[in-house]
Amino acid sequence: MELFNIFVKSIFIDNMVFAYFLGMCSYLAVSKTVKTSFGLGIAVVFVLGITVPVDFLLNKYVLSEGSLAWLGENFASVDLSFLSFIMFIAVIASMVQLVEMIVEKFAPALYSQLGIFLPLIAVNCAILGGSLFMQERGYETLGEATVFGLGSGIGWLLAIVGIAAIREKIKYSNVPAPLRGLGITFIVTGLMGIAFMSFMGIQL
Amino acid sequence: MSSEKEPLFSAKNMKLITTPLGTQNPITIQVLGICSALAVTAKLEPAIVLSISVIFVTVFANLIISLLRNTIPSRIRIIVQLVVVAALVIIVDQVLKAFAYEVSKQLSVFVGLIITNCIIMGRLEAFALGNKPWPSVLDGVGNGAGYGLILVIVAFFRELLGAGTLTLPALGTIQIIPQIFYDWGYANNGLMILPPMALVVVGIIIWVQRSRNKDLIES
Repeated sequence: MELFNIFVKSIFIDNMVFAYFLGMCSYLAVSKTVKTSFGLGIAVVFVLGITVPVDFLLNKYVLSEGSLAWLGENFASVDLSFLSFIMFIAVIASMVQLVEMIVEKFAPALYSQLGIFLPLIAVNCAILGGSLFMQERGYETLGEATVFGLGSGIGWLLAIVGIAAIREKIKYSNVPAPLRGLGITFIVTGLMGIAFMSFMGIQL
Repeated sequence: MSSEKEPLFSAKNMKLITTPLGTQNPITIQVLGICSALAVTAKLEPAIVLSISVIFVTVFANLIISLLRNTIPSRIRIIVQLVVVAALVIIVDQVLKAFAYEVSKQLSVFVGLIITNCIIMGRLEAFALGNKPWPSVLDGVGNGAGYGLILVIVAFFRELLGAGTLTLPALGTIQIIPQIFYDWGYANNGLMILPPMALVVVGIIIWVQRSRNKDLIES
């Protein structure tokens, strides 16, 4: 039940885009058509679902204070948490590379769809943000971290597919010239964010 | 290379600082670095602190990458850039934790997210890899400041309209809307403090900027 709660919470209430504005760069740049944005969304779910648990293990057994105790008495008081940024980003960059190679080998059809998006994801703030939130909120088990990663990814997927659908329709509307393109996208995202706020306070 | 040495603040170099503040603004025109920009703008103080941190990181990352630009193999340049930026961000994070702990708590993960801030990677790719150190430093100052400018404008309006106060570093919270207004029935607009309004405020800034400068309108 706890896991399900975290899952729903990370999709709707703590939505990466609407509550924390993470991954906005690719959210704005790739949301012109539903098809490509869906591809990118799936890639983000995929990568978040892998990197968050890996970073969780790294944080639990290497980086946080006292986590090196399994190496022996002398290491029990070592605190490497200041290294977490650089370790997380290294894990993300190498994971993205690895995922790209695995997908290319075993699922060529998926690769041809995701191919161009995968390298972009290494510098997507939502991915690093997922790991940093995982660290800050102190999830306790591997299961919680995995569910949080997947949930955040699905929340991001929902957001980008939603805005892409709206942008496809808005082309036919008479938007004031200075607002066209970027401006109206910001305002629509704001309105979607207000809509998503109605999920706030849901407790399962 | 020209035989004459270019003065440090020539017109061309000054342009590197001024264009990102206006017509080449990283947030409203280049659409870079929105990720970490909006969540910290509910109050003025964290916005100012984050802007200064970003300026520091863009300047030094641009400088270091520009110095190394002839030695970095292009295949691994992303990794090299990430390592340089991550190292600089760790310095910023540790300094903030040591000297401004309260603000660093408010900024929470967004200090770390400077690493994946698209402005930094974008300027490294677009400018520092192909230019000499001094122009790269100026480009870093300009883009960091252009980013900070929008952040401070957004935070100013959100805090003023949302809470009636302005929070400045070292000065603390200052009440701007006088008490008598509240007695007459003025109420703070609580919506401004909530995250979605940051997007709407940026949308309005874009609207104002583009209606003043018709060249920027998208077809």
